[in-house]
Amino acid sequence: MTLRAERVVWHRGGALVVDDVTLRPAPGTTIGLLGPNGSGKSSLLRLLGGTAKPDSGVVTLDGAELRSLTRRDIARAVAVVSQHADTDVDIRVRDVVRLGRIPHRGSFGTASATRDVEAVAEALRHTGLTDKADQRWDTLSGGERQRAHIARALAQEPRELLLDEPTNHLDIRHQLELLSLVARLPVTSVIALHDLNLAATFCDEVIVLERGRAVAGGTPREVLTAELIARVYGVRARVGVDERGRLTVLFEPGPLDESAELTPEDAPWPR
Amino acid sequence: MVLLLAGGLVAVALSVGAAITLGPADVSLVNVRDVLLNHLGLADIPVRVVKDAIVWEERLPRALTAAAAGAGLGICGAVMQSLLRNPLADPFLLGISSGASTGAVVIGVLGVGGSVLGLSGGAFIGALLAFALVMLLARLAGGGTDRVILAGVASTQLFSALTSFVIFAFADADETRGVMFWLLGSLEGVRWDDVALCAVVVAVGIAVCLAYAHALDAFSFGDEIAASLGIAVARVRLGLLVLTALITATLVSVTGAIGFVGLVLPHAARFLFGPRHAALIPATALIGAVFMVWVDAVSRVAFQPTPLPVGVGTALVGVPAFVLILVRKRRAP
Repeated sequence: MTLRAERVVWHRGGALVVDDVTLRPAPGTTIGLLGPNGSGKSSLLRLLGGTAKPDSGVVTLDGAELRSLTRRDIARAVAVVSQHADTDVDIRVRDVVRLGRIPHRGSFGTASATRDVEAVAEALRHTGLTDKADQRWDTLSGGERQRAHIARALAQEPRELLLDEPTNHLDIRHQLELLSLVARLPVTSVIALHDLNLAATFCDEVIVLERGRAVAGGTPREVLTAELIARVYGVRARVGVDERGRLTVLFEPGPLDESAELTPEDAPWPR
Repeated sequence: MVLLLAGGLVAVALSVGAAITLGPADVSLVNVRDVLLNHLGLADIPVRVVKDAIVWEERLPRALTAAAAGAGLGICGAVMQSLLRNPLADPFLLGISSGASTGAVVIGVLGVGGSVLGLSGGAFIGALLAFALVMLLARLAGGGTDRVILAGVASTQLFSALTSFVIFAFADADETRGVMFWLLGSLEGVRWDDVALCAVVVAVGIAVCLAYAHALDAFSFGDEIAASLGIAVARVRLGLLVLTALITATLVSVTGAIGFVGLVLPHAARFLFGPRHAALIPATALIGAVFMVWVDAVSRVAFQPTPLPVGVGTALVGVPAFVLILVRKRRAP
């Protein structure tokens, strides 16, 4: 059993942002949420994390409806790394990671102080931040901040990890490091991603969203075809398999339909 | 940590004791000790009646109220800054002080219900009405921390204008001066029942804030992260805002609107003890208590026999101290 969405629908500010999506990740797998900007990836993650309630359909955790659980019960199983989570507080990395222990605490003090210390140390080690534990947040680079958020989520000791475009603003090396870390973790991860090659490399399965609807789902090889990329993203792509058996997506600049290519006379500026 | 807390409590006690010795009438620390022991029933040491009255009826309740007000305004500021994720948030941001002023002038100048409520009662009711208006406006504007702040700013302006209007249209010079002095913060004529009220409210406030220290930490990265860490964001924020409103309204009704303490002391405590609320709440309370006791003592004696409004003193003493901390703990460029 795990975190599941069954036919969820969500209107946000009058607009339909998630339209009848079903998601049933197998335990321990890494699922990629793909789709262009505004296709509903972040909204679906918010429904899965329980910070938004679906208008119809249900999200369940181990078979129990999310809205019947307390926030703390959810937080003990599901951790979230959202976009744009920044702070003005002069907080140290270790204290950021320690936030992840909050769901495991009582109102006063903590259930197990030693367990807290261990979990924080482990999370710092997993994310390569042990040496930076005493640095202040405002001295970290974008990549280090993202890793600190992941460490905070790991300290939560979740079974499910929801990540919203975690590779944004990271250089290639950090993108690869971060996603291999997430894929290695013994948790079920749902990751919203823009980069189709990263999705093909690290995800066991991908779901493609288009205007709130799930239009394709399956292994990256089944889903990421030139036709689908053209239809959903409006971009020409060549999809191949390299000599090591990995899926690669190459994008072609220019309009989708070659016959509609602009002639110099169509230029929007006067010649 | 425990040592620091104990040290802080000792510092508060020493400050209260020392502050009592300051003033036109000569009182020594030995006198203070004797009077305290006598009144606690632990001894029967002969002390002159005048000194006993000055210590027990005047200076001690005043110093204790100052300590409670400093502690209470400090923790309210720390909580508001965390909940609203705004370093400029202070206990008066939600219209409480200007609502209190309006309530006080309606009683003090217009005389509405004056015999029953008094200035304090009017201030308390005005503060809560302003707070309710702010929360209603924020709710109508769709909620969220920025809406709360904007609604607070709007209400503050509205109630300030109402206060000025009442004074301008109806008050004579004496009434105006009395109300203005009270509005700037004053611990003149504080009695033991004021001490008890402030102490109980502030003690309960500190206990509740400590119970929610982890929730306050969880707000550092915004509502979304706080929710994902298991915090019932809307319920916790509303509950704690109502708590700070009640503490602030109680303090304002006793002491008037003492500015600066709630805005700046939480930052000073954060510089010294870090941002974790389990340490920050007690640290802010202790620093606030010591700070207010001294500022009140100084404002009492500096220009005697004319007392300085304590709100003026807090800023005059506090700003240089704060600038010093700010410069010494400056961020790496």
